[in-house]
Amino acid sequence: MTDLIASGAESSEFNVLAVPIGELIIGTVAFLIVFFVLGKLLLPKISKALEDREQAIEGGLKKAEEAEAESARLAAQNQDEIAKAREEAAGIRAAAQAERADIIEKARSEAQAAAAAVTASAQAQIEQEKNKAGSDLQRNVGAIATDLAGRIVGEVLTDNATAQGVVDRFISELEAASGSNGKA
Amino acid sequence: MADVVDVVGSGGFDCHLMSGCGFPAPGTEIFEFAPLVEFSLFGITFGINKPVILIILVSAFIIFIFTVAFAKPRLVPGKWQSMGELSYLFVRDQISRETIGKAGDKYMAFLFSLFFFVFFLNFMGIFPGAQFAPTALFVYPVALAMMVWLVYMFIGMRNQGPLKFFTNMMFPPGVPKAVLVILAPIEFLSNVLVRPFTLAVRLMANMFAGHLLITVFIVATIYLFSPSVIGMLGSVASGIMTLIMTGFEFMIEALQAYIFTLLTASYIAGSLSNEH
Repeated sequence: MTDLIASGAESSEFNVLAVPIGELIIGTVAFLIVFFVLGKLLLPKISKALEDREQAIEGGLKKAEEAEAESARLAAQNQDEIAKAREEAAGIRAAAQAERADIIEKARSEAQAAAAAVTASAQAQIEQEKNKAGSDLQRNVGAIATDLAGRIVGEVLTDNATAQGVVDRFISELEAASGSNGKA
Repeated sequence: MADVVDVVGSGGFDCHLMSGCGFPAPGTEIFEFAPLVEFSLFGITFGINKPVILIILVSAFIIFIFTVAFAKPRLVPGKWQSMGELSYLFVRDQISRETIGKAGDKYMAFLFSLFFFVFFLNFMGIFPGAQFAPTALFVYPVALAMMVWLVYMFIGMRNQGPLKFFTNMMFPPGVPKAVLVILAPIEFLSNVLVRPFTLAVRLMANMFAGHLLITVFIVATIYLFSPSVIGMLGSVASGIMTLIMTGFEFMIEALQAYIFTLLTASYIAGSLSNEH
């Protein structure tokens, strides 16, 4: 071979643009095998996988959107509920306040009524006592006067001082009597 | 058959600068591979040589990695599936939908296979151990371009009608009659004959040139490796250039696979719409 190169015989024989039919067929068949294996068996799988993934991603996005809408809806609902609860609480508070005012008012009026009753009964008793005292006095005033006169006569009117003493004692006795009477 | 080793070996590994040995420039012989096995079927000779073996290995590899990536797709992809999906989405969004639109999804299997078939075959050009892109041999780009041609011609005739496809192609609306006389044959030639030819040649020429260039720099690295200042400088520079060119080749390989597929997609797009 080496001597051929040196002489240049082989290179002159060799045609760079030669198309040997055998190798043409080999090249074509090799390509067709690759083409059919890839085209029939492998590429459909991968294009399907790519499509599936695209769909999965799209589905995922859709799901995420739905979840977002759902959570927004729930948040609005919660807000509503909170507002409602607040309103309710305010209502309850107002009612309680009203009730409290009512109770206080009632208690006060009851107390006032009781006080008035106590006052009235006390006054009535006083009136009664007073009347009783008056009638007692009226009933006894004659006997007392007779008693007093008897004593004055009995003591002999020697001087004014003695008479004055008798009168004073009498009055103090009366007072003591009326005091014991009042207690009773 | 000739490998880099053979080229360098033609002058022997002793062939260096200043040793009275001329630079053993690599020629087209580095694109010739002797068959390891040869057999005949229906009068056609099939020679199993290095490029054929590479094609078989690359085909098996493509099927293997995409089986690993796509056989059991999960909703949450693993490492391999992620990479597979990334490559699928690249072809779909950057090539198919970019040129054809959503209608291109129907041709994804063809475009995807085409892209990775061409890409991995090209990549063999810098793959350690392989060091040769089968696409640098005209026959393989021709095989692919023929298939592309069949596909876009078929799609065109099916979508626009067998005759309408050609009249739409040759007589674009709004062109003066006088111009049509020139335009019609040009359009026919460019769409029906030139397209597959340029498609094949573009790919083959890029891979061919890349392989030749890298070989030249490797041979130069070895040839210039000699006990002299100029020789050593040249050898090191060539070695560095080999590395740079290898990186550059990778870019070209990916780019050519992309261009091949993109043009295929644009031809399909042209066949789908009656406007052109």
